[in-house]
Amino acid sequence: MIATWQSWLGLWLPEPLPMILIILLKIVAIVLPIMGCVAYLTFAERKIIGYMQMRIGPNRVGPRGWLQPIADALKLLSKEIILPTKANKALYFLGPIITLAPALAAWAVIPFDNLVVLADINAGLLYILALTSLAVYGVLIAGWSSNSKYAFLSCMRASAQIVSYEIAMGFALVGVLIAAGSLNLSEIVLAQQGSLLNWFWLPLFPLFIIYFISGVAETNRAPFDVAEGESEIVAGFHVEYSGMSFALFFLAEYANMILISVLSAIMFLGGWLSPFQGLDAIGLGVVEEYTNWIPGILWLLLKTSFFLFLFLWFRATFPRYRYDQIMRLGWKIFIPLTIIWILVVGGMVVFEVPPWFDA
Amino acid sequence: MMGLPYDLIVFYLFASILVVAASMVIFVRNPVHAALFLVLSFFASSAIWMLLEAEFLAITLILVYVGAVMVLFLFVVMMLDIDLAVLKEGFVKFLLIGGVIAVSMLGLMISVVGPDKFGADQITPPARHAADYSNTEELGRVLYTDYVYAFEIAAVILLVAIIAAIMLSLRKSRSAKTPNISKQVSVKKEDRLRIVKMDAVTDKGERS
Repeated sequence: MIATWQSWLGLWLPEPLPMILIILLKIVAIVLPIMGCVAYLTFAERKIIGYMQMRIGPNRVGPRGWLQPIADALKLLSKEIILPTKANKALYFLGPIITLAPALAAWAVIPFDNLVVLADINAGLLYILALTSLAVYGVLIAGWSSNSKYAFLSCMRASAQIVSYEIAMGFALVGVLIAAGSLNLSEIVLAQQGSLLNWFWLPLFPLFIIYFISGVAETNRAPFDVAEGESEIVAGFHVEYSGMSFALFFLAEYANMILISVLSAIMFLGGWLSPFQGLDAIGLGVVEEYTNWIPGILWLLLKTSFFLFLFLWFRATFPRYRYDQIMRLGWKIFIPLTIIWILVVGGMVVFEVPPWFDA
Repeated sequence: MMGLPYDLIVFYLFASILVVAASMVIFVRNPVHAALFLVLSFFASSAIWMLLEAEFLAITLILVYVGAVMVLFLFVVMMLDIDLAVLKEGFVKFLLIGGVIAVSMLGLMISVVGPDKFGADQITPPARHAADYSNTEELGRVLYTDYVYAFEIAAVILLVAIIAAIMLSLRKSRSAKTPNISKQVSVKKEDRLRIVKMDAVTDKGERS
């Protein structure tokens, strides 16, 4: 369908324009739903945590509070943007942009279904790793340029934490790379084909857990939210921001949460693959037949929602870690564990352990 | 419109960004700005590597230098309290010796990587690869076959360096007095409590 659009546009536009237009349209088709998801993720968070704490949550704006995120967005848009005196003006406004940009750019290589991906590049996993490592710049720049002690302390805390957990995260991805034998995210999903037990969560179980926990730490979410620490350093590195420039940090945080969830689903829970695949072997082929019509993207979204729910559940359940405990967990537990499991995965691949690595 | 050399346009775009950013690293006064311009120049050179179809090196440059090394740089630079007026002071004093060093460095670099050695007429542009060419796989194949010993030796040296760095920063004498938890847990009653049997003392007379 897209090819016909492109040839149709080519009829009256000069050569490179149709391709650029189509790419732009694809980007819009990815970014707009993400923005919608972010808006309703904030709503879901308030509702879910509310119910977990025996409250109702927002229920005033619209039917059962469903228009709450839109009201919030309008409020933030109409608020004044304050520039603190003696703040570094250029960097102060660059901070929120740099935070949001990598969070959105990483979506370029996410495969939503077989062959449904904006940029099907060979080094997709590396690209993801590089872009998630850029998130720390927004925090650093915002904290420093605000010219405020609270913001600066928080930016130091946050960036030390992000840099530490990035190592464990990178090692977890190395395990996935060894298991799949490819850096391309679509091929990683296809390497998990077979059945629910063929997904990488089973052979890479420790890496799966470590990846997700490191993802929670990377996004500075509870219980690793010392960067915000509202009881000690007010609200963290964005304490001086207001209005839309503050909202950009929130957008980036939630977009990053969704990104981590999607990546966990793709790398460990088989991405767009149906969980009913391969039921023939135990005589339940009927189930597979009846659920074949479900598009792959729906499975991906379901798996992503599961991880997002975990994010919210964690926040409602766990008390905040102490800072030295965060560092201990990252450096002394996660990194050695991932290195050991990389050796184990290497052994499994070399000896072609069935059912994951044979043939 | 058809024959537009897109890769040339992209090359000159990123090359000019690289040159501007690299010179800003030197000319800008605020050290934080200088570090951020260095980040920008890393990005631009990574884009140029991408044009050479070296995607592994390009992304690793971002991952390692931008994602880790420069973050630590910024960390240190941001925490320094630098007086900009003092920085400007010695400019004229060191102008002559600095200029001599700069000119001689330029001459050396031109003699090594000048147009007579690396000019467009000296080196033929590499042929474009097919779409399924993977730079990562190529690099891995070369590193683990032809250069496997050099690669492993480099890895061991790096490991030694990591351990050395950790040892250097390990402080034996700690000024903070923290309790040793395992010692506290494994303590027994006999270690802390001494029961002394003694006769009851009776004082006579004094009080009456």
